Amino acid sequence: MNKVNAEKKNKVIEAVRAAEFINNEMTVMIGGFGGVGNPPSLIREMMESGVGELTLICNDAGFPHIGVGQLVTAKRIKKLIASHIGSNPNAGKQMTDGELEVIFSPQGTLAERIRAGGAGLGGILTDIGAENPIIEAGKKKIEIDGKEYLVEPALTAEVSLVFAKKADTLGNLVYDTSARNTNPLVAMAGDITIAEAEEIVEAGELDPEEIVTPGAFVDYIVQSEGVNWTWAWEKK
Amino acid sequence: MGMGKEIRNAIARRAAKEIEPGMIVNLGIGIPTLVADFVEDSSVMFHAENGVLGTGPSPAEGEENPHLCNAGGFPITVVKGASYFDSATAFALIRKGLLDITILGALEVSEKGDLANWIVPGKRVPGMGGAIELAQKAKKVIILMNHTDKYGNPKIVKQCSLPLTSEKCVNMIITEMAVFTIEEKGLILREVFEPFTAEEVKNKTGAEFLMPEKVSTIS
Repeated sequence: MNKVNAEKKNKVIEAVRAAEFINNEMTVMIGGFGGVGNPPSLIREMMESGVGELTLICNDAGFPHIGVGQLVTAKRIKKLIASHIGSNPNAGKQMTDGELEVIFSPQGTLAERIRAGGAGLGGILTDIGAENPIIEAGKKKIEIDGKEYLVEPALTAEVSLVFAKKADTLGNLVYDTSARNTNPLVAMAGDITIAEAEEIVEAGELDPEEIVTPGAFVDYIVQSEGVNWTWAWEKK
Repeated sequence: MGMGKEIRNAIARRAAKEIEPGMIVNLGIGIPTLVADFVEDSSVMFHAENGVLGTGPSPAEGEENPHLCNAGGFPITVVKGASYFDSATAFALIRKGLLDITILGALEVSEKGDLANWIVPGKRVPGMGGAIELAQKAKKVIILMNHTDKYGNPKIVKQCSLPLTSEKCVNMIITEMAVFTIEEKGLILREVFEPFTAEEVKNKTGAEFLMPEKVSTIS
């Protein structure tokens, strides 16, 4: 991909433009954990653009009407790589009906595979599930100092979408409490990374010491309009 | 789990006794979540696998921060000394063996400590989440569950029939009837909850267990 530096000076774009980077059949990675930290405005634009047949890499399938769960519910996803789909019964039903292919990875392994992808590595070695017939099936094994490890390949995406508390105009990101979760990992693993931020400030306004994701990993920034769903714990 | 509040609390209260000052503890969803209510020592740090060390009680209604949740997606607070980090770091902490205790639910546990808590083939395939890391790497794995399933079949069995989460990982089982430990020599009955007797526990357990001379009663 040729990115012209001059073009990258102002990374702030409209949410509707961000959705134009996501086309049918692409592999998309979305930050978040149980809906928390999913980027609501970017997901809303994906819902409106009608994009589908996607491969989604995400910690989980969200809840039916929360976060990435909306994309699953609307059948926009044909393949899901995740650690858990229990909170979204639509995902389970589509999987049973053969409409959705689901590839499970243990949660910590999934996080490290994403981190490896963003760090330019080929994969990781882990003993998690090395003796579990379902987890180790079909995986390459490597012995180091007499101990057996599974080779778990790195994950990357054509587009990564993340949610941050603050972004500066260079794309430096700061997260909000537990909404950080997989976002810093996902931010590094996209060919194109789009960050949705609750607040966008000028470069120089964030303390370099507090920045979690360096702006070099972030291509575009979108102003968040906040969640457009009701959380599972909220009184209806 | 189809279990009354009092019984759930009794199980959680018993589990809380295993937690010592300064420990790092991860609680699964369901009854394990209740354990925090019975831990008074403020040096205990609860870990959430989304990326928090030092989770505190639920916030008052109206004071929730929707971004600050436990791994189950429900709002929490944090205690003094808490920290936030990404999910890779949360699992680094688990894999490195820094968790003193994890308290989980289960579908089946074998007499050797094999744990099945993630798949019912053909019925329930929700994915493993972080269960494999927790079961495989925590220093101590405590299971809180109903003694029997909804058909009355024992959940403590000689050999698990369901796919395993991890083998030989469970150290303690607490049900509404009894407390067992799983050690080198096997499954050992340690305590019986009133009003049950050791004989009743035996009838509802699908595995042989050892019984020391003194099995205490929990009232």
